[in-house]
Amino acid sequence: MAMRVSDHAVQQAIGGLLRLGVVVAAAVTCLGGALLLIQHGRDPVAHSTFQGEPAALESITSIVRGAFTGSGDAIAQLGLLLLIATPVARVAFTLVAFALQRDRKYVLITSIVLALLVYALVFGKA
Amino acid sequence: MTLAVLALLIGAGSFAAGLLGSLTGLGGGIVVVPMLTLIFHIDLRYAVGASLIAVIATSSGAAAAFVREGYTNVRIAILLEVATTIGALIGAALAVKASPASLYVLFGVVLGASAYRSLRPRAEHVILTTPDRWSAQFNLDSTYPTASGPQPYSARRVPFGFALMLVGGILSALLGIGAGIIKVLAMDQVMSLPFKVSTTTSNFMIGVTAAVSAAVYLHRGQIDPAISFPVMLGAVAGAWLGARVLTRADVRWLRPLFTTIVFVAAVEMLYKGLTGTI
Repeated sequence: MAMRVSDHAVQQAIGGLLRLGVVVAAAVTCLGGALLLIQHGRDPVAHSTFQGEPAALESITSIVRGAFTGSGDAIAQLGLLLLIATPVARVAFTLVAFALQRDRKYVLITSIVLALLVYALVFGKA
Repeated sequence: MTLAVLALLIGAGSFAAGLLGSLTGLGGGIVVVPMLTLIFHIDLRYAVGASLIAVIATSSGAAAAFVREGYTNVRIAILLEVATTIGALIGAALAVKASPASLYVLFGVVLGASAYRSLRPRAEHVILTTPDRWSAQFNLDSTYPTASGPQPYSARRVPFGFALMLVGGILSALLGIGAGIIKVLAMDQVMSLPFKVSTTTSNFMIGVTAAVSAAVYLHRGQIDPAISFPVMLGAVAGAWLGARVLTRADVRWLRPLFTTIVFVAAVEMLYKGLTGTI
C-alpha cells in the first residue's frame, strides 16, 4: 500500500530538518572556533595571500579524524562541513518524500540534483 | 594583528551584515566578500569560501521558516536547482581561470545592479492562473497563503527561467553570493510567479546552489576555519536577531542605508578591479 504523504507534511519536515542542520552546525563551529582561538589566538594573521589549507582540512575523512584529536581547526571545519551537508540532506529528504508520493518525474529530477551535490562534496571537482 | 582580534572584528562585521541583510530583505551575503577583501585585506579566494558559508547558513535559517508557512514552491525549487547546481559547477571551474581583477569588476557590476534594483519601486504583476504547457508538465501550479485565503498560481516561460538560473549558479560560485537578484528576476519577472513565492523559493534554492561550490572550494583549500567560523556565527546571529526585530520595529529607514553601503562597495570593487590595485 502506498503511503500518503501530503505536501504540507513534507514542508513541515523540511523546515525542521533545515533548522536542525543549522543549529547543530553552528554549535559544532562555535565549539571549534573557541578551541581554535585558545590554541592559535595569538598567532599573527596571514590571509592576505592565498596559501590553501593543509590537506588535513580539505577532505571529509581527514576533517573528521582531526576533529577527534581535539584540534580546534578541525572541529570548526567539521561544523562548516555539517553546514554544507545541510542542503544536501534536505535534497535527500525531498527525494524520499517524492518517492513516497510516487512522483516518478520528481524522483528523477531530485536524483540529478542530489548526484551533483554528492559529486561535489565527495570528489570536490568542478 | 593577532588571529583572535581578526576573528572578533570579522564576527562583528558579519553580525552587522546578517542583521542589515535580514532587516532589509536584501540578504547579507552580498557584502561579506567586499568586507573581507576591502576592509580586512583577505585574499579573494578565502573571502569567497567564507561568504558561501554565510550564504548557506542565513538562507537555510530563513528557508526553514518560509517553507513551513507554505510560500516556498518545493517543485519549482528542485526543478530550477538542476540549473543552479550545474551553473555552480561551471562557475567553480571558471573561478580557477578568472583573474582576481576581473572578478572584482564582475562583483562591482553585480553589487551596482543590486543597489539599483533595491531603489526601484516594485510593481506587483497580475497573478496568472490559466494553464501553461510547461507548468502543467512539471506540476508547478500551486497556491500560496494570502489574507483572503489560498491564492492559486501558475508558472510561465519555464525554459527561459531555467536558462537564467544557470547564470545565477555561475555567479553564485564565482562571487560567493546567493545571487538572489538573478533568481528573483527569473521567477518574478520571467516566470510570472507571485513575488512572495519568488523570494522565498529563491532563498530556498540558495543553500543548495552555494553548497555545490562551497564543497568544491573546501577541497581546494579555500575554506579557512579561522575566517569562516566568525563569518558563519556572526551572520547567523545577525539574521536571527533581524528576523525577530522585523516583526516589531519599523525599519524602512534602514533600506537606503544598506543600499548606500552596497553602492559604495560596488564603486570600490570596480575601482580596484579596473586599476588592478587589489
